Amino acid sequence: MSSKEALVEKFIEKAELVSAKVTTLANEDEAMEYVLDLCGKKEACQLLASGCGEAISDEAEALCDAKQKKVIAAPALKKELYKKLSAKAKKAGFECIDKGMREHLAGIDIGFTAAEYGVADTGTLMVDCPSEELRLATMVSEFHVCMLPKSSIRANTYAVEKMMLTRMRKTPNYMAFITGASRTADIERVLALGVHGPLELHILLLED
Amino acid sequence: MQKAHDLKEYREELRESLDNDFLRTTLDNFAVAYRAGRANAFKGMDVRGLISDIAASKDAAAAEADALFAEFKANAEAAGIHVHFAKDGDEANAIIAKIAKDTGCKKIVKSKSMTAEETLLNHDLEAEGLEVTETDLGEWIIQLRHEGPSHMVMPAIHLSRFQVGDLFTEVTGKKQDSEIEKLVKVARRELRQKYIDADMGITGANFAVAETGGIGLVTNEGNARLVSTLPRVHVALMGIDKLLPKLHDALRILKVLPRNATGQQITSYVTWITGANECLAAEDGKKEIHYVVLDNGRSELVKDPLFSQVNRCVRCGACANVCPVYRLVGGHKMGHIYIGAIGLILTYFFHGKDKAKNLVQNCINCEACKDICAGGIDLPRLIKEIHARIMEEDGSPLPQKLLGTVLKNRKLFHTLLRTAKWGQKPVAEGDGFIRHLPMIFSKEHSFRALPAIAKTPFRDWWKENRPYVDKPKYRVALFSGCVQDFVYPEQMQAAVKVFADNDVEMDYPEAQSCCGLPVQMMGEMKASKDVAAQNLKAFNTDAYDYIITLCASCASHLKHNYPKLVMDKPGLKLKADAFSEKIIDYSSFVNDVLKVKKSDFNESGGKATYHAPCHLCRGLDVHDAPRQLIEKGGMEYVECAEEEVCCGFGGSFSMKFPELSSELLRKKLDNVEATGADVLLTDCPGCVMQLRGGLKKRGSWIKVRHVAEVLADNKK
Repeated sequence: MSSKEALVEKFIEKAELVSAKVTTLANEDEAMEYVLDLCGKKEACQLLASGCGEAISDEAEALCDAKQKKVIAAPALKKELYKKLSAKAKKAGFECIDKGMREHLAGIDIGFTAAEYGVADTGTLMVDCPSEELRLATMVSEFHVCMLPKSSIRANTYAVEKMMLTRMRKTPNYMAFITGASRTADIERVLALGVHGPLELHILLLED
Repeated sequence: MQKAHDLKEYREELRESLDNDFLRTTLDNFAVAYRAGRANAFKGMDVRGLISDIAASKDAAAAEADALFAEFKANAEAAGIHVHFAKDGDEANAIIAKIAKDTGCKKIVKSKSMTAEETLLNHDLEAEGLEVTETDLGEWIIQLRHEGPSHMVMPAIHLSRFQVGDLFTEVTGKKQDSEIEKLVKVARRELRQKYIDADMGITGANFAVAETGGIGLVTNEGNARLVSTLPRVHVALMGIDKLLPKLHDALRILKVLPRNATGQQITSYVTWITGANECLAAEDGKKEIHYVVLDNGRSELVKDPLFSQVNRCVRCGACANVCPVYRLVGGHKMGHIYIGAIGLILTYFFHGKDKAKNLVQNCINCEACKDICAGGIDLPRLIKEIHARIMEEDGSPLPQKLLGTVLKNRKLFHTLLRTAKWGQKPVAEGDGFIRHLPMIFSKEHSFRALPAIAKTPFRDWWKENRPYVDKPKYRVALFSGCVQDFVYPEQMQAAVKVFADNDVEMDYPEAQSCCGLPVQMMGEMKASKDVAAQNLKAFNTDAYDYIITLCASCASHLKHNYPKLVMDKPGLKLKADAFSEKIIDYSSFVNDVLKVKKSDFNESGGKATYHAPCHLCRGLDVHDAPRQLIEKGGMEYVECAEEEVCCGFGGSFSMKFPELSSELLRKKLDNVEATGADVLLTDCPGCVMQLRGGLKKRGSWIKVRHVAEVLADNKK
C-alpha cells in the first residue's frame, strides 16, 4: 500500500469510529448527486429528529413553523457546481440557498461544504469558515455533507500547522476542526448525537 | 460548593454522598470505563514523553507570562479585538457587565467556561439585570437547578435521566419522559431559540495563542461555535494560564486533553478564532470581540517555586476521573468550584483557606492523580503542602501535635509502643488482633479489626538473631518502618531469611525511626523534616549497596520526599540524594537484583491474588516484580479486578475518614473474593493491616500476607 493510500485508510477508519459516514466518489458531480439523493431520502420533516416532535415549550415550537420545505445550503460551493445543484434541487422540490442562513436558524436539512484538509490520525476535517454563511451551514444543518479530496489528507495536526498559521495570519479567521457529528454524553454519560450541531456528518472522499 | 465549617460538618456532607446510590453507581461505572477508554485512546503513543513536553512548554509559558500577554494583546488588537486584563474575579465580571451595558446587550448565551464558574460570573451578570443562558447541555441542566458543576468536563454527571426529565417538564411546561435521546432533542430545540435571541455570547478559551492573538475552543456539542457566531458581541473569559507562545503548543496539548478527559481522540469541534470575524447581525458586519484575561492570583502562583506547576493544568478533569475518593463522594463534596485533586489546590488559591481547609484533608495520597495528570503536576504533594500551610496559620489540632512531638523523639515513641503492648493485653486475642477497639476509636472504625502489638519487636529479635553471612554478594541496610518493627516483625524476619540464603549481608541501624510519612500526611511538616533528618543520620549510606524496606509507603517516602524535605540543608541534601538512590523495595530487590529462580522454591500450590500498594505501583513504578515473585515462589497468581486501586488505608486518612476508608476497603475485598484465591499478597504492612482487618471482620477464609512471607515459607 502506498503511503497515500495508507493515510486515506487511516482517515476513514478514524472518521468512522466517531460515527461519520464516509463514501468515496469520483468527482464533485457525483458528490452533488449524493446530496440530492440524501435530501430526497430524508423524511419530509426531518426536523422531527431535532426535537420538533418532542414536548417542547410553545416558544421553541414556534420556531418549527419557519420551515416549510426541505433546504440545502451550499454557501461556499464553486459557482458552476452551485448552479447545477440549484437547478436540480429546484426540480426535486427542495430549496437551495447560498446565503441568508440567519433566516433558517430553525434548521436546514443539508449543509453542503468542502474541507481544506483532512487529518488522518483522528479522522478530522479542517474547514476554514471565516464567512458566517458557511459557518452556519456547517452548524444548523441536520446533515453536514463535506467533500474532501483524497490528496488533502495529512497525517496529523502538526502537518497542517503551517497551513493553519498562514490562514490565521490573514485575519479575521474562523477555523474549525470537525470530527464526527455533534455529540454529548452529559446525561448519565450516554452518548447522544446531534445536540446543537448536525445529527450526521457525511464525508465524501473525492478521487484526484 | 464547600460550605462546611469544620471537619465534622464536612464528614456529614460526605456521608450524604455515600448514601446516594445513583451517584455511586454512575461514578463507579465511569471510573472503570474511563480507564479502558483512556488506554485505548493513547494506544501506541508515547504518553510520558508527551506529558513531559507539555509540562516543559507550560512551565516556559508561565515564566514569560507577561511577555506572552503583551504579544497576545498586540496581535489580537491588530486583528480588531478588544483585550482587557482583570486582576480578580470581581473585576472580570465588572468588565463583562460594562461591555454588555456599552453595547446594549440584554440576553447572553454562554458556552461552558470553568473560569466563569470561578468568578461566579452568571451571578453578577444576573444582578445587572441580564438574562444568561448556559448552552452546554450539562451546564444548562445545573444552571436550571441552581447548582455548580460536579465534574470539570461532565458538569451534571451526578444527575439521573429521571431528574433531568422532571427538570425539563418544569422548564417546558410539558410532560417529559426520561429517554435520554429525547431529552437531548428537547434541549436542542429550547436552546436554539436562545441563540437566536441573544445579543452577547460568552465563551472561555482552552488556548490563547500569543503568536496569532487568537483563541482555541475545545467542545463536543458545537455550542461554542454557535455562541461565538450568532450574537453580535462575543466575550471570551480566560485565565492567564491559557497563554501559549505558539500554535504548536496548543496542538500538542490538544493531543492529550480530550484523550485524558474522556478517552476521545479529539472532540467533535475544535474552534480557532483569530480576529474580529464576520457577523451579519452587526451593523458594520463585524463582530465585536472582547478578550478578558484573568489573573486572580495566578501570577503570584507562578512565582512560587513549588506551586508554579499548577499553571500546567489544562483542565481535563482526569485527576477526578481516577481519584478513589471522588469516585465515592462526587464533585460537589470533592471540591469547591474546581473539583478533584487540582480542585483542592485551586480552591485554596482562588477561593481561600476557609473553603479549602476541610477539602485538603480528604486526599488519601494514593497518587493516582499524579500518575495521570496531563501536565505532570505533583498533585498529592501540593495538596499536602497546602494542608501544612493551613496548619501553620491555624495551628494543629492537639492530638496531631502530640503525635508530631512523639515521633520526633524516637526513644519516647518506641517506649510508648512497648508500653502499649502491655496495655493491650486484656483486649488482645491470640490471633494477633485486638478484641475490642481501644477507647480512642469510635464505632465508625469497627469496619476492620486492628492488630495487636507484637510480643517482640523486630529490633529486639535482630539483636539475638542477626545472621552471619560468610561471603557477601551485597551489603544492605534494612529499614523496617514502625509497623513492621512493632506489629508485623515476622515480615522482616521472612525477608532476613531469604536475604541470608542469597549471601546478602545485612545491617539494621538501631537509631532509625518512623519514616515520617504519617505526620506529613497530617500536614505536620516540621515534624516530618525532623524525622527525616534523624533517619538520614542513622544510616551510613556509603556502607551499603542498597537500603531495603518492605513497606511501599516508607520506600516511596524515603526515596522521593527525603531529598525535598532537607532541601534547605545543603550538607544533608547531598546525603539524602545518595540515600534516596539506594532505596529499593523488597520485590524489586529479590526479583531484579537477586534474580531468584523458580527452582529456588518449593511449589506450595494454591491460588494467590495480589493487591498493588499505591506507593509501590505508582510511587515507585514497580509493577512486574511482585507478580513474577508470586509465580516463582511456588503459587499460582490470579489477577484481581482493579488491582492497582487503593485499599483505603492511607495511614491517618483511615482514622480521619473511616466511612470512606471502609467503602474503599469493601470494594477492594469484593474484588479479591471474586478471584477465588486463598491468599492475598501485597507489599506494604499498612495495606496488610487494612486488608487483614477487613477480611477478619467479614469472617473470610482468605489469608493476607506480605510477598516476603510466602517466599520465606517456600524457600528450598
